[in-house]
Amino acid sequence: MEKSRFGPSAALAPFCLTRRRFVQGLSGVLATAALPSRRVAAGDEPRAVLSGTEFNLEVSAIEVNFTGARRMATAVNGQVPGPLLRWREGDTITVRVKNRLDVPTSLHWHGVIVPSDMDGVPGLSFAGIPAGETFEYRFRVNQSGTYWYHSHSRFQEQVGLYGPIVIEPRRAERHAADREHVVLLSDWTDRDPEHLYRTLKLESEYFNFGQRTAGDFFDSVRKQGLKPAIEARRMWGEMRMNPTDLADVSGYTYTYLTNGVSPAGNWTGVFKPGERVRLRIINGSSMSFFDVRIPGLKLSVVAADGQDIEPVSVDEFRIAAGEVYDVMVEPREDRAYTIFAQSIDRSGYARGTLAPRPGMQAEVPPLDSRQLLTMADMGMGHAHSMGPNVDSVAPDPRIDLGDPGVGLRDNGRRVLTYSDLRTLDGPIDSRSPGRDIVLHLTGHMARFIWSFDGRKFSEAEPLRFNYGERLRLVLINDSMMNHPIHLHGMWGEVESPDGEVLFRKHTINVQPAQRLSYRVTADAIGRWAYHCHLLYHMEAGMFREVHVDRPGGMS
Amino acid sequence: MTLRVGISAGSLCAALLITLTVHAQAYPVPPTTAPDHVPPDPPQQMMGDMTYKEMVSMMQMDDTHRFGKVMLDQFEWRDAQEGAEGAWDAQAWYGGDYNKLWIKTEGERVAGLTHNGSVDVLFDRVVGRWWDAQGGIRQDFGRGPARTWLALGLQGVAPYWLDAEATFYVGEEGRTAVRLKADYDLLLTQRLILQPYGEVNIYGKSDAEREVGSGLSDLELSLRLRYEVRRELAPYLGVGWFKRFGTSAELARAAGEGSDEVQLVAGLHIWF
Repeated sequence: MEKSRFGPSAALAPFCLTRRRFVQGLSGVLATAALPSRRVAAGDEPRAVLSGTEFNLEVSAIEVNFTGARRMATAVNGQVPGPLLRWREGDTITVRVKNRLDVPTSLHWHGVIVPSDMDGVPGLSFAGIPAGETFEYRFRVNQSGTYWYHSHSRFQEQVGLYGPIVIEPRRAERHAADREHVVLLSDWTDRDPEHLYRTLKLESEYFNFGQRTAGDFFDSVRKQGLKPAIEARRMWGEMRMNPTDLADVSGYTYTYLTNGVSPAGNWTGVFKPGERVRLRIINGSSMSFFDVRIPGLKLSVVAADGQDIEPVSVDEFRIAAGEVYDVMVEPREDRAYTIFAQSIDRSGYARGTLAPRPGMQAEVPPLDSRQLLTMADMGMGHAHSMGPNVDSVAPDPRIDLGDPGVGLRDNGRRVLTYSDLRTLDGPIDSRSPGRDIVLHLTGHMARFIWSFDGRKFSEAEPLRFNYGERLRLVLINDSMMNHPIHLHGMWGEVESPDGEVLFRKHTINVQPAQRLSYRVTADAIGRWAYHCHLLYHMEAGMFREVHVDRPGGMS
Repeated sequence: MTLRVGISAGSLCAALLITLTVHAQAYPVPPTTAPDHVPPDPPQQMMGDMTYKEMVSMMQMDDTHRFGKVMLDQFEWRDAQEGAEGAWDAQAWYGGDYNKLWIKTEGERVAGLTHNGSVDVLFDRVVGRWWDAQGGIRQDFGRGPARTWLALGLQGVAPYWLDAEATFYVGEEGRTAVRLKADYDLLLTQRLILQPYGEVNIYGKSDAEREVGSGLSDLELSLRLRYEVRRELAPYLGVGWFKRFGTSAELARAAGEGSDEVQLVAGLHIWF
């Protein structure tokens, strides 16, 4: 098996970071900063792949240029994204993270089950890594698959502090491939994220340039007739909700990146026709949902959030911030294929290319038209109030896992849904849940307040799980946005509407007005983060601490 | 019982075994059926007790952060009968999600003099999903004697995204007043926005020195077409109907001013 790993020209990496590779990576980024056009043919830049059991990572500020403007990014070993870390299931690994910033930092191993003091969440796991200091992470890796790491400090994730993790299984891969590529999608802004957050608090629809206009009204009158057009407007108007509210931050400010390369730069992964290629697709963005497809190729989804599933063949899938899907493709022709990842609001796309040789490209499809949220996304009308923090409630949430979501419904392509996913290893725990914890996903779009049960993090007590218990988390999304909810330290095992355990995930997207339940075994002692993986939602209050007490209640 | 002391593979394995054994005794591992899942070891270091403030400062995450905003909704030139005049209508706030300090000011500049100037300094408190209650002080300034009022009002978004304000005022010598304002953004395109705007002032008592008559005093109905060069910066053109009623109209006419005018307006809509 030829492993091309992170980039087509990345050779088999030595076990540890060498000085030479570090400098190469750094100069690569700097060269890009000076000559953005170099990226056009580049796509195949060397990216460090670090493997073994000892890792030395340095977090520092570097200058980047993704858009034609020079900006400072936060990088690992001088790279955005950071180097690919290849671990082996069963190994105990040591990662020394040196902080060369002048502010604290942290690294969280997203989806990797580690002791809570190694989980990298400042304030819960540890004190963070102060400026100039080094923290040594050390833990045994007990799982395999595709994961990623990112900063859990303020907005560092937005400015580039993320990178992929691939953990090789001890046994052979269930789904063997001839070649593999990591495809890490992310969103970059030239704005200071502090300013971006403030902008959202002041004017939450600032980045939405897809709102309904007077012209759209006349269009819908022509298409549907006057009465239905007025009726539709009346309904949304009475509720003071906006059916175009698909993404808080759009392509107006974001440049969507594939492995740190802009669409113009066209990151390219090479293949030989006839090979079975595994794509490890990670959404490392701060605020974006991507709808991913490769025109001309069927995607066989073989793993979700690092966990092997029964392969399912689709044309397209939606990937929420924090989610990971491994797909197999078998390109047979001697031609280029476009990896097309359009944002949920159709305001832009990330793009890459699979090609037999670097420098080739295929047609980039046009963005799909933007769809409006529907009554299904609203939970059917008004309901009781949950207080001034909460602008909408879904009194009759839908429990269907088979809905691909707004923008993907009836688009003529076979789109992956949660009802397609079946974890091969079965449930972690055969017991039935002993209790239910019901949480509403709530928010107020205009005020940009996000919360669980109408309470921001600052207003809520930690959720307490008893060590060893099996419980059910029921999430009811009262808001009209998707929320990818991420539980640290423990898997969530999503149930079908009739209670059968279907699949295991670390980041579970709940669609507007959807009710979704999953089982959790509280086998991880410690204090854990539980939050929406949309970065600015988390900062605005959609965050809870989960406390798994030691037996006897001591912690 | 620590994983971290081990350096060589051998001592690590030994340490690991000891750790697992100790854990097995201290913490019964929950039953699992999936052979591929291994629960994490308990943490060796738990965070000490700390206050919420200390914790969020460590997290660098604070959902109680205060923000501030300045909005120059109208900052314009008006083509009045007796010559060009300037006018402004601005608001600013500072605070958190629930409580804010809110300042509003409006007025006109005619021939180097301020007319109908007022500034409200209010405490703003969220009271509902769409509404804030506001209470504080209003100070009138410009031509005529200064007047001071106590203010109590509501500001928010009515159905159909109608921005609305209603404020009730109580002044000295038994004066009372009501000010109602509303506007609506009609998007012609994503950046070209037509804004109908209305304002009404009602007074309980005449105040001849400020050209105010009791009852319905004055009304503005206007349309402003703005182009958002950026969201924060939008030049506009518009037309307004400015009408005074009853005693207010008589007082204005007596002073040689118009009481029923249609004026062209041009200005800037800015916020930051």
